[in-house]
Amino acid sequence: MTAVPVSGAPAAPREESNAARRLLTRAPIHIIVIGLVVLWSVPTIALLISSFRDPTAIASSGWWNALTDWDFTLSNYERVLDQRGMGRAFMNSLLIAVPSTLLVLLVASMAAYAIAWMDFKGRNALFLVMVALLVVPLQMTLIPVLRLYNELAIDVEMPIIGGRLFGTSSFAGIWLAHAGYGLPFAIYLLRNFFGSLPRDLFESAYLDGASDAKVFFRIVLPLSTPALAALAIFQFLWVWNDLLVALILLGDPDLAPMTLNITNLVSSFGSQYQLLTAAAFISMAVPLVIFFALQRYFVQGILAGAVKG
Amino acid sequence: MAGRNPWTPWLWMSPAIILLTAFLVYPVIDTLRRSFLDARSNSWVGFDNYQFIIDNPQTLAANTHSALLNNALWLIAFPLLAVPLGLILAVLTSRVKYEAAAKAGIFIPMAISFVAAGVIWKFMFEFNANIGTVNAVTGGVGLDPTAWLQDRGGLQTWLTDAGPDQWWGPLQINNFALIFVATWMWTGFSLVVLSAGLKSISTEMLEAARVDGATEWQIFRRIIIPVLSPTIAVVTTTLVIQSLKVFDLVWVMSGGRFDTDVVATLFFKQSFIAGHFGIGAALAVVLLLAVVPVMVVSIRRFQFQEETR
Repeated sequence: MTAVPVSGAPAAPREESNAARRLLTRAPIHIIVIGLVVLWSVPTIALLISSFRDPTAIASSGWWNALTDWDFTLSNYERVLDQRGMGRAFMNSLLIAVPSTLLVLLVASMAAYAIAWMDFKGRNALFLVMVALLVVPLQMTLIPVLRLYNELAIDVEMPIIGGRLFGTSSFAGIWLAHAGYGLPFAIYLLRNFFGSLPRDLFESAYLDGASDAKVFFRIVLPLSTPALAALAIFQFLWVWNDLLVALILLGDPDLAPMTLNITNLVSSFGSQYQLLTAAAFISMAVPLVIFFALQRYFVQGILAGAVKG
Repeated sequence: MAGRNPWTPWLWMSPAIILLTAFLVYPVIDTLRRSFLDARSNSWVGFDNYQFIIDNPQTLAANTHSALLNNALWLIAFPLLAVPLGLILAVLTSRVKYEAAAKAGIFIPMAISFVAAGVIWKFMFEFNANIGTVNAVTGGVGLDPTAWLQDRGGLQTWLTDAGPDQWWGPLQINNFALIFVATWMWTGFSLVVLSAGLKSISTEMLEAARVDGATEWQIFRRIIIPVLSPTIAVVTTTLVIQSLKVFDLVWVMSGGRFDTDVVATLFFKQSFIAGHFGIGAALAVVLLLAVVPVMVVSIRRFQFQEETR
């Protein structure tokens, strides 16, 4: 589509027809792109609109009727938030996701630093084993871990956040589990990023007598903010969206995160869409805010993690 | 650091190694062991659990609607939908001004949980055409409402009203409905990764081809596809692993009912509902064995990348 320089008057009509032709040939592109984007957005928009509709309206007419029949209410959200323990579940989701994310960041960056910048025998083999663990189906780890937790349970009340100190009714148990499951991907991503930092930086720091801890905290971590941010978002969303691990490793209903609560709502109120849609949207709100606010880092995380299975 | 203590790297890696061992390595070994033990993991039964899987029509083989065949359908249909869609969108969005917005629209479902996606799509697939968007649309073109998540008829029975046809095996409407939801969630992933790959193709090369009179189709076929093929391989591998391990989506949407079980949901039912740890473990091993070849390919590719780094 390069503009070929044409001199003189005869060019004008030709350019005009070119522009018209271009619009015509480009029309299918716009139609396909916009069509698919609309198709992809409709389900989420339908959910959002329905969650603000009156229960009787949801049960009797489609969400598209709300586009012409302007009548919205917040009552579904009020009901979900105070009747179904969703407020507590929202807190639980945060109490589970934030510490797990920090734990993964710390443990993975320490390991990645060692693998990227320390010389030791078998480091490549060790790294490959860690990456290979990416493909272990998570479900198959649950029974052994469950047994382990039952044996190692520490039945002491945990202050402030609730639950027990350790075991199947503890936040600590689920933090460690999510950290373990998140590590292969985290180490893979961070090792590649740390490895690409300039070698001179490390050599001069070591020559100046800087300790590993100093290099790690003063050079590696500050320079790796983009990778750490991408990983943090990825891990946070992963834990926030998790159902399976919480379902098996959290025996105490008081500690249940939102995903678990919504699943219970689905099984007990199968077709009460006014509750389901509002509950689902509350659980989506956090991921959506993170996505729109930190889209750049999120996409970086996806790109770096294209091998995550 | 030349004079580093030989134990230092291991000290840095020890938290990661402990977590990976506890949550991934040990469970895999324990599951292998358990697959040769009885329902309560008390006595040795040799290959009985594997024999049961082979013999029992409710679980894997010997049934046209088996979990294994369903997994095979996922394995083929899911990447076949999500990769070309992502590729087409990557090429087309690169040629419109609203590229970022269009990509975000396709990408949003990646950020939400399977639970929320399950609620969204149950609502979309609702049988009542006054409420269910999909049935409202198909009804608009004169088709009868379909119970998308329950209908085990083949696509041909839906089009011809011929009634269920066993011969078509796993090609059931409800399986395709589930795979479509997975495609809705993952096309954003394939779009973002492929689009990043596309950006690495120099515009000069494309312009040169256009000046030489190549058609857009030739450019796509002869330049874009070959240059992008490693990226396409990465995306396909990820989606293949996803489809082998698929659990959450099926569990939330159909619970494996109406012959939509996959190996991971069967594993879950055997282990946590039927309480037969032996058969559950054997199913998990089958799943792991299916993933291993994909893993080997990924690691080979990874080593190749390392060598050429």
